[in-house]
This record gives sequence, C-alpha cells and structure tokens, in this order.
Amino acid sequence: MTDRPNLVELRHISHSFGSQKVLDDISVNLKQNAITAILGKSGSGKSTLLQVINGMICPNRGEVLFDGHPLDYHRIQAQRLQMGYVVQQVGLFPHMTIAENISLLGKIKAKPAHEITERTKSLMDMVGLPLTYLRKFPYQLSGGEQQRVGLCRAMLLQPPLLLMDEPFASLDYATKQGIYGHLLAIQQKESRTIALVTHDWEEAIRLADDFIWIANGKVKESGDKAMLKEMKSTYLSTL
Amino acid sequence: MKKILIFGFALVILVGHFAAVAPQKETIIVGAKHFNEGYILGEIIAFVLEDAGYLVDRRFNLGGTAVTFEGLRKGAIDVYPEYTGTISAEILKMPQAANFQDIKARVRQEFGLEISAPYGFSNSYALLIKKDKARATGISTISDLQDHPDLRFGISHEFLERQDGWGVLSTFYQLPQSPVALEHGLAYQAILDERIEVMDAYSTDGEISRYDLLLLEDDRHFFPDYQAVSFYRAELPDETKSALQRLSSSITAEEMQELNALALFGKESHAKIAHDFLVKKGIIQATRLQNTGVGRDLLDKAFVHLQLTLLAVLSAIMVALPLGIYLYRHPRFSNAILYAAGIMQTVPSIALLALMIPLLGIGRIPALVALFLYALLPILRNTVIGLFTVDPQLKKVASAIGLNDWQRLKLVELPLAVPAILVGIRTAAVITVGTATLAAFIGAGGLGEFIVTGLALNNTALILKGAIPSAILAVVIELAFEGLERGMVPQHLRQKNQ
Repeated sequence: MTDRPNLVELRHISHSFGSQKVLDDISVNLKQNAITAILGKSGSGKSTLLQVINGMICPNRGEVLFDGHPLDYHRIQAQRLQMGYVVQQVGLFPHMTIAENISLLGKIKAKPAHEITERTKSLMDMVGLPLTYLRKFPYQLSGGEQQRVGLCRAMLLQPPLLLMDEPFASLDYATKQGIYGHLLAIQQKESRTIALVTHDWEEAIRLADDFIWIANGKVKESGDKAMLKEMKSTYLSTL
Repeated sequence: MKKILIFGFALVILVGHFAAVAPQKETIIVGAKHFNEGYILGEIIAFVLEDAGYLVDRRFNLGGTAVTFEGLRKGAIDVYPEYTGTISAEILKMPQAANFQDIKARVRQEFGLEISAPYGFSNSYALLIKKDKARATGISTISDLQDHPDLRFGISHEFLERQDGWGVLSTFYQLPQSPVALEHGLAYQAILDERIEVMDAYSTDGEISRYDLLLLEDDRHFFPDYQAVSFYRAELPDETKSALQRLSSSITAEEMQELNALALFGKESHAKIAHDFLVKKGIIQATRLQNTGVGRDLLDKAFVHLQLTLLAVLSAIMVALPLGIYLYRHPRFSNAILYAAGIMQTVPSIALLALMIPLLGIGRIPALVALFLYALLPILRNTVIGLFTVDPQLKKVASAIGLNDWQRLKLVELPLAVPAILVGIRTAAVITVGTATLAAFIGAGGLGEFIVTGLALNNTALILKGAIPSAILAVVIELAFEGLERGMVPQHLRQKNQ
C-alpha cells in the first residue's frame, strides 16, 4: 500500500436499516490523492458506506474523520461542498442548462462569475465536451455525455474529496473507456482523493490505486492495485 | 426579486383603485333586490335622494332578503325597498296578521332599523282571471270561485309549496278546484291561450295591465299585506328620512303594474322609468339622466370583474404558495389542511357568498374573501403535489452535492414544481372568473350584474351581455397562462394539457 496520509478515516462503522445490518464494524481509510475502489456486489453495503462518508447517513456506531476531524452533522452542508458527488443515474437537474448544472455550487458559494466561467470551460475541456453544449439541457445529451457533465459539476469547487457511486454502470463499453481516460487525465492534472464505488473489477483495476472489498457489510479484503489484480484471478467467480 | 416587485406594484394599483371607489361619507347607499320591481323601487328611492341633494351609490342586484337585510344591518347599505309582509314573516317571524305599527316598533327595537310610511300599494300574492271570462261568469272575488268548480287553475310551484300557499288558501275559501302546477313564467301564456282560467300572481305584475287580466278581490282578507316601504337605518339624518317620506302614498297598485310593464315590455332603463314617473307625479325635478354608454358600462363591469378575479387569485397565491411549501416540509399537517380546503371547495359558491354576509356585510370585500377561499385549494393542492412529486433521486442528489434545505427547495424542488403550480393557479383563475359572476348577488359588481339583472327580467340578451365577456375573460386568462408557462418553463418540462 502506498504511503500517503489519510483524508478520510472510518472507525468501527456499523449501521442497520431496521433489523438489517448493512455495515458491520468497518474500519478503513481513504488515502490522500489516491483513487480507492470500493468493490462489492449490489446490496453489499458499498453505497451505504459512501453515504456515511458524505454524512447523508449518520451511522449507528463508529466515527467518520474527514481531514483529521470528526464529521459535524450540524454543519454537514458546508462539509459536503468539500466532497464532490457523482451518482449512478447522473442526477443532472432537468430544468437547468448544462452550464447552470455545472456552475450551481459555484453560485451557492458566491464565487465570482468569471471564475466560475473559467473553471466550467476548463472542466468541459478536460472531459472533452464542446462548449456549445453549455446552453443545452441534459435531455439533449447522451448518457455518457451527461455522466461527464456530472463529473464537471462535482469537480467545480475543486473539492479535495470526490465520491463516485457507480458512475459508469449504465454506460456501454466504448463510452466507459473514453470516460476512464478523461478521469485519469483529470486525476493527473489536479489530483484528488476519490472513492469509487463499483461492482466492476476491470474498472477498479483500470482506475484505482487502492481497493476495499465489502461483502455482507464487512471488509473482506483491502489493499493496493497489485493485490487487487491477484484477488481478481482468485475471486473472479465469486463477485 | 424583480418579479416580486412587479407583483407588489400591481397589487398596490389594484388595491388603490379599490380604495378610490369606496363610497364617500355623504353618499347614501341604496340597495335593491334582483327582481324587476326591486330595481324600479331602488331607482325611485335613489332619485328622490338625489333630488334632495345627496350622492347615491346604487347597490342593486342583491340576492334576496337575507342579503339585503344583512347588508342593512351591517351598514353596508343605508336603505332599500321592502315589503311589510316580508319584514314581518321572514325577518321578525311574526304571525300573519301583524299590523303596520307593530312591525315598525319591532324592527326599531330589535334591529335599530326603521320603515317609512307605505308607498301606497301592496304587492301580495293574488289570483287572476281574464277580464272577459270574469264578465261572462260574474266572478270578481276569490269567494266567487266556489261556484265554478269546472274552472282550470294553473298555480306556480312556489305558491303550491308555500306553507301559507295554495293548501291553506283553498281550505280557507273552500275552493273545490284541483290545480295543475305551472312555472310562473309560463302561466301568463297559458291563461292567454285559455289553457287555464285562473292563476296566481303578484298583485303588481306588469303583465296584469298589459294582458287585460283581473285581480280577484281577496274579500275575506286571506293574503297578508305586503305594503311597499323604504327600509332604512335609524342612524340616517332626519333630513334624509324626511326625503324618503316624500314617497308615502305616492304609488298605486295600478301605477306599479304599469311601471313593471314598462320595464318588461319596453326598451327604457329602470332609471328612466323611475325618473319619468317621479317627475310626472311632481315628486322630483327633472334631471339629465346620466347616460353611460353601453360600451363604457361593459368595460367598467369587465374591469371590476377582472379586478376581483386578479385580487382574489393574487392573494390566494400569496397564502397558498407559502402554505403549500410549509405543508410539504411538515407533511403531518398536509392531509388535514388539504381536506379542510377541499371542504371549502364543496360549499356551493352562492352559499359561501351568503355566509360571508353576516361576517363582512355586502360589497366587494366579502366577495373577495369568498373568491379567495375558492382560489385557495387548487393552488395549495398543486403546490403540495408538485413538490411531493419531484423525482426523489434529484432531491437526494441536491442534498448529496451540498445544497442545504432552503437551497434545495429554491433551486431544485420549486423550479421543478412550477409546471404543476402554474396549472393550479390557472385552474384557480378560471374558476374565479366564473364564480365572480355570482358576486353580483352581494353587491360586488362585475359582469355578473348583467347576468343577475337578465335573469330577473328573463332577458336573454342581457344575460349574454354578461356571460359572453366573462367567457372571453376566461379564455384570455387561459391564454395568458399559456404564455406565462412558455416563459417560465423550458419546453421539455411543460405539462401537456389534458
């Protein structure tokens, strides 16, 4: 495992929905400026874990440390602005243009307009979308294009942490390859801490530096990319 | 913010206009019920007061005794023409044969209201027969009918069903005939066509003099006296009261029949008929009648109508929108409140208007309150439903990316609920345009005045004069909202019209 400080530390997290235990004593870390894949079958608890980090779910037990400090649930919105969030079905707001979607958080933080415009343009460039798209509405874009816009929206404020919940699951193979390239390019340019929830080993190997494998609400394995490749050959059939 | 300012400005103008048309102090407000004779007597009172130097605000078209009486009690009107029989039976609930002095003393004592000396005619129920038939049979009194069991009677539904109607009358006079039930409006035609020989009527109906009909004498005094009088507030200055006394013993039953006939069969306005009569009798000086052109009149009424509608809908928006948002955030209360608003909607509009009278009197304010209550539900319901049906995934995303509750509401939920909210406002506006026609019944004016007068006079042209512009107004509002929706909602999010 690489030797970087932790941006996020989860300590003994347990959480239940009703009588069903979804997370069971999980203690893992997200290393600074690394992409950590959170792997697992659907229903394994991996998405819940992301929501615990984001503060959408306050776990029954355990503690989340962000940049060394426990999450403060009373001012959670401000902390969330430090965490970009990309969701599975894109979640672009249909009544806003692409430009409005991307710049939304900038306006909330009252960033100067020219700064927002600059950042929007450079993000569009990074994900390979033409600027003419800025005036379009989400429904006018393909699924892959929308997902790239979602990425831009999450990256606008240059959050130190980027949470991605199966962002590429609904895309076809070729589209995925393109976006992987964009993501890695962004990561090269302005590296940040990324938690990538996925059920796709290939995707994890292609993108991640580290991995955490969740099964039945527990950490089954965790390690770096080399270990991940090893795991894949051993466990391919079980995931 | 800009929109709010424009909204507020429009509201100030609307309200300002309201304040401007509110009556001044020295003005006497004359009411009248919405039937032919009511209008004529209302005009007669108004002209006498104008001749005595007062400004008069005419509030005609009032929807019945309950409305006018409550209006008088609350001071929303100062005087209106009424009948002693109505006062004793409907208002004081006195037994039938109450005498004039008793009635006068009791209204004074119980309500602080006064009545003038009688105008000189009584408008009671009566039985009619064609004059040639009367001559042929020698019938001149109701008692005479006993000897002619073969006569065909056509009696109105109302008189048949009244407690003091046909049942009691036929027993009292021992009349052997069994009548057929007829619409009052059709009975005159039936008696002219000789399909019936005897009918009931009001003793001052204009048709009596026109159609050569004979009022049978109530020889055993069955019908209570319905003497026409001015019914007014005791607080009126003495000079005003003495001006009203000019009408005492000045109109005979025959004259009243003729005036009614002029209004029914002629082309002259109630105002002109009343004015010419008073001048002829030497009660007032001739004056130049205010000639409001037809177009001007229509525009004025349409403006009042639009004003009522817009004010009611705007205030409903201002209440329903925040309330809807509150209910969305506190769903515990939402069902209870929506049910309550729904119940409000099921109260028939005319009843809701009537319910406003004891609370707020008559005129535009109670009409506005009633219309506001009506407009509330569609806006409230659509706001709540619109907010609840925003894609839950988008709500979750909004929170996840860092919007707080208020930002989520303002930037995501409300904009996405706008199409539904607009439909609610549009529905409310169209309902209000329609319901506002009924506001004329409580003296609020608007296009309903034409309709109410038209109904009272059985004048289709007049009804259409109110109905067509209000239908056009509804269409215009529909179109305006379509434009508004086009401006506010991107095309792919617009709701398809049902």
